[in-house]
Amino acid sequence: MTVTERRPGHDAPLAPRPRPARLRAGPLLAACGGLAAAALLAVLVGPVRLAPGAVLLELAGRLPLVHTHSGLSQQEAAILWQLRLPRVVLGGLVGAMLALAGAAYQGVFRNPLADPYLLGAAAGAGLGATLAIAYGPDTSRSTGAPPWGSPDPSGWPVDLLPMAAFAGAVVAVAAAYALGRSGGARSTTTLILSGVAVAAFLTAIQTYVQQRQSATLREVYGWILGRLTTAGWREVVLVVPYALVSTAVILLHRRLLDVLAVGDDEASSLGVRAARVRLVVVAAATLATAAAVAVSGLIGFVGIIVPHTIRLVAGSSHRLLGPLSLVAGAAFLILADLVARTVMAPAELPIGVVTAFFGAPFFALVLRGSRQAP
Amino acid sequence: MRRSLVPLLLLLALLAAACGGNGSKTDPAGAAGQEAAFPVTLDSPGGKVVLDRRPERIVSMSPTATEMLFAIGAGPQVVAVDSNSNYPKEAPTTDLSAYQPNLEAIAGYKPDLVVYSDDPGELAAGLGKLGIPALAEPAAARLDDTYAQIDQLGRATGHPADAARLTATMRAEIAKIVAAGRPERPLTYYHELDKNLYTATSRTFIGQLYGLLGMENIADAADKDKSGYPQLSAEYVVKADPDMIFLADTRCCGQSARTVAARDGWDQLKAVKAGGVVELDDDVASRWGPRVVDFLKTIAAKTQALEAVGS
Repeated sequence: MTVTERRPGHDAPLAPRPRPARLRAGPLLAACGGLAAAALLAVLVGPVRLAPGAVLLELAGRLPLVHTHSGLSQQEAAILWQLRLPRVVLGGLVGAMLALAGAAYQGVFRNPLADPYLLGAAAGAGLGATLAIAYGPDTSRSTGAPPWGSPDPSGWPVDLLPMAAFAGAVVAVAAAYALGRSGGARSTTTLILSGVAVAAFLTAIQTYVQQRQSATLREVYGWILGRLTTAGWREVVLVVPYALVSTAVILLHRRLLDVLAVGDDEASSLGVRAARVRLVVVAAATLATAAAVAVSGLIGFVGIIVPHTIRLVAGSSHRLLGPLSLVAGAAFLILADLVARTVMAPAELPIGVVTAFFGAPFFALVLRGSRQAP
Repeated sequence: MRRSLVPLLLLLALLAAACGGNGSKTDPAGAAGQEAAFPVTLDSPGGKVVLDRRPERIVSMSPTATEMLFAIGAGPQVVAVDSNSNYPKEAPTTDLSAYQPNLEAIAGYKPDLVVYSDDPGELAAGLGKLGIPALAEPAAARLDDTYAQIDQLGRATGHPADAARLTATMRAEIAKIVAAGRPERPLTYYHELDKNLYTATSRTFIGQLYGLLGMENIADAADKDKSGYPQLSAEYVVKADPDMIFLADTRCCGQSARTVAARDGWDQLKAVKAGGVVELDDDVASRWGPRVVDFLKTIAAKTQALEAVGS
């Protein structure tokens, strides 16, 4: 199978362009500026009106050697520090992870439609979450709550759900990988198809469990819909280690991803072991995806739209694509969440609705613009 | 203005019902005469339902209808209830799913009446083809709907007098709770449906019950599209700082006063500090059957307890 056969005609953005592979500071600085602006706006605006000046003073007060009196009440300070800020931070982390994982998956599989959920991470996480909700010990159901009494006080000290979702995602991708390799074929198509098979199988089990335990339906759907609504610092702490590791691994491999883009055979002739690079990058991207999914449910679209927008605007070299996807993904999800929590305030809009509703037309615009350009 | 009329109306209803109740008690012969009155014709959202004789093999696909049937003494005529019908204990719970009803499985019980609340697909049409009468008792929008459904099930099963007695008792007890339970100053509350902060406004059935006790719902401002069930921002709940938090997600989602207090920023709330977090039974708080009386009793007791602490 030759390289050209493997590529449909429309994924021209993925083809390596004869661009200087040097990491230029300009676009990255611009993206970081955009992220900072998005984060600041998201902290200043919310369903509860906090005086922007007071918020800025309150934030500045946490800096070393600065002592300010913001005038925020205790309640308002709690809203800012306990509710709004962790949500912005978590939105940024989740967006960054999904966009980076998406860029990595697209590079590894040389497939423009690859997204972080390609190898069954979503289905695995969904099954893990469902099992935790249906059979986990941290519910009053297991002991049969008395009608108006207090549920089992011996609940788990930790929330089982994110861990089960994380484990489910990792196991699913590992299974897809093992299955794809044992086929013996070296093509990425086998891997993608085994991902499809694993996802279908796990989704079947999840649906079966849901059906058996219909009392858990509400919570399962609440999780699947994707949410940053109840985000706190706990979730941030949970995500950060995986975010750091996977970001470091993917960014360190971005030059190899560029080599991989020309095809496995060509890469090996250049001394790059394609299968090994693929394994490492997929593992790192899966960690990032699993961590993001574990705390926020399934948020679609970010992993596809952000990397492709970057490709159209700044070229497809992974040297720039990786860092830019990271920063732009964070900014995009922070803004999407800002819309989700303010447009119908004080009611919430599911964030998946926002990412698709605003992301898709924006992406179409970028696509059109880049086509018209020579 | 309208809210202040509600207890008065209830009191009137109570008086009327009390008289009716006495009548039926002192006249068992008359009641028996009513119960023989078949065939009956019943109005159902799916169309008119005609029952030629008293049904003896009832299948209930609705937990609320199950509770109503047993409360009016039609329990012995019920042969199967859906998997979520977990009350009362003697209800013959089966694997029948109300979410994805299986016509063959239902027909396997050879029912002469099927009662359901939602028709997710072709339940009513399918039963019609099999010649099995199907009666819809959909989610009540108001307390009057509950009474009407109990009355209708009474007529459908040959227990009209029992049904009349039940609704009379319910009206009387609710009137009593309302008369005794109105706080001096209206308490604000938040009724939690799940931990993603989905809630019910005062327009909903459950919200109207709180309204009977003069309580004010914090979610009304969030319900611009009048769905009745908005999802609130955590920021807003903290800002609104309700006097009471009612958890209707203790069974489904393992929430409790402890887990609420552990949420980021929620330790600031009045309700958390003053013991105003109430753990409800999800089932009681989501059904519109006879146990709405228990629900109101619990709410009234908890609000009074909170006021006693506060004063």
